[in-house]
Amino acid sequence: MKIAIASGKGGTGKTTLSTNLAAYLSEHEEVVLCDLDVEEPNSGLFIKGNLVHKQDMYKMIPEWNENDCKLCGNCQKVCNFHAIIQLGPTIMVFPELCHSCYACSELCPTSSLPMVPKKMGELVHYQKDNLSFIESKLVIGEEQAVPLIAQTQKYIDDNFQNNIIKLFDSPPGTSCPVIEATKDADVVILVTEPTPFGLHDLKLAVETMRELNKKIAVVVNRYGIGNDDVIDYCNSEKIPLLAKIPNSRRIAEIYSSGNLIYKELPEVKQQLENIKIFIMNEIEEGAK
Amino acid sequence: MKEIVVISGKGGTGKTSLTASFAVLGGEDVIVADCDVDAADMHLLLEPDFEESEDFYSGELAYISQNECIQCGKCFDVCRFNGIDVVNGKYTVNELNCEGCGYCARVCPTEAITNKPLKVGKWYTSNIKTGSIMVHAKLGIGADNSGKLVAKVKNEAKEIAEDEFKDYVIVDGSPGVGCPVVSSLSGAKFVVLVTEPSVSGFHDLKRVYELVKKFNIKTGCIINKFDINKTITQKIELFLAKENIVHISSLPYNEDFTKAMTAGLTIVEYSNNQLKELVINSWNTILESVP
Repeated sequence: MKIAIASGKGGTGKTTLSTNLAAYLSEHEEVVLCDLDVEEPNSGLFIKGNLVHKQDMYKMIPEWNENDCKLCGNCQKVCNFHAIIQLGPTIMVFPELCHSCYACSELCPTSSLPMVPKKMGELVHYQKDNLSFIESKLVIGEEQAVPLIAQTQKYIDDNFQNNIIKLFDSPPGTSCPVIEATKDADVVILVTEPTPFGLHDLKLAVETMRELNKKIAVVVNRYGIGNDDVIDYCNSEKIPLLAKIPNSRRIAEIYSSGNLIYKELPEVKQQLENIKIFIMNEIEEGAK
Repeated sequence: MKEIVVISGKGGTGKTSLTASFAVLGGEDVIVADCDVDAADMHLLLEPDFEESEDFYSGELAYISQNECIQCGKCFDVCRFNGIDVVNGKYTVNELNCEGCGYCARVCPTEAITNKPLKVGKWYTSNIKTGSIMVHAKLGIGADNSGKLVAKVKNEAKEIAEDEFKDYVIVDGSPGVGCPVVSSLSGAKFVVLVTEPSVSGFHDLKRVYELVKKFNIKTGCIINKFDINKTITQKIELFLAKENIVHISSLPYNEDFTKAMTAGLTIVEYSNNQLKELVINSWNTILESVP
């Protein structure tokens, strides 16, 4: 069971929900939490455990081997991303623009552009009781999050069985990194806040997830502030509203120190229980 | 003309609320660029009229013409992105996975594959309530290349500012440290980092500043909600001093920000209290700090 936790707007509480829900579920179930917000991963600040595994993550880029190169310029011609250019007698590669399509390398008549690994990030895997936590972090200056997100998901597929509950803390927005992080999910939980910004970005996220034919549900964070437009929208669009996490300065304070809010606030625990019931139902339905 | 870019690393720190306030305070002198094209929200506060719009094309998508296709499978073999689906022996492009690299078209023996330009969104030039102009955009659903749309929005805003002899362009950037953020930073004169004193806010601040450093741009920082965690606020202050970042201001936790937004207003229009003063002082400090 793969559950992506996403939002259009940043800072609505994706990480708060992911970490608290993962910890709560893991009190009785085996759970994997994976932070796919590789540009700014934060879940690891809230989940402490023992380091099980750590590895560098690579993407493949061409490396110019000048010995046999005839400077035919074909590589530059076939690259749609301007990641490789010919400057006089030199071929220059711009790794941060390269999408690793291999076209320049495999179409080079003299095989002068072998593909070599380049570090794009780091993956860590922690374990705490029932909870496995995996996070990847993009190297600063590396512009493309998608390959790292894809490889991190592959690590999860290779290391965990299908029937385990897997939560994916996704990047904000509606563009390529979010698509990559949610396209294999069975359910996408969208976290929003009851404000005009929250509603506007929720609508974008809903449109995106519907385009992907995803089953969606909503969690409202900071409930009580703003207005009821988000709730009305969910009702009119028939999107299940799983939980309302109350607006409170206390929550902001607990979160700010890196602690889990449900352990201190029973009203939050009740909301997590609502989400758990939804997830358990989904699993049962999936098994049928 | 000077360009001020507001970013935050972490989402939800108050970046857009503050940028919109600065746009109101700057009035006619400031051209606004909403470069958070993934989740553009500034229009909710600045009342744009969407006067002009233009489609934005970037990148390509492969298309296989079934008449010419001889099902040789070469396209499938070379694609690294699972961009070619084979259904009942028929080869089609998986539009979600296709990266637009064009490799398949180059190896197709019958030229059955063409690359079509991809419409990734729309951008707008609008008159806004500040008496100035805003350039903003809407990214298509799930579209790639948001970095290029960011560059487009920014360059349009800069051109308008130059044509109309405006003093400043203020840019609302996107969260993260990836390609849209890199795009919004290039060419900036001053960067404003908006952070909050939480473990994640501070963590993301340090990461995004690592990126800013590569561009060698003078930087300032606003600590929003400074009073929710004074220990981390102190750590942030030490970090700012060590890195030579201008500490623009510290703003208290105040739900008026959300109330103002709910009313479709910026904080400087909504409130008349100390908070408004603090935001005005922040803007003045920014103007004094821009090199």
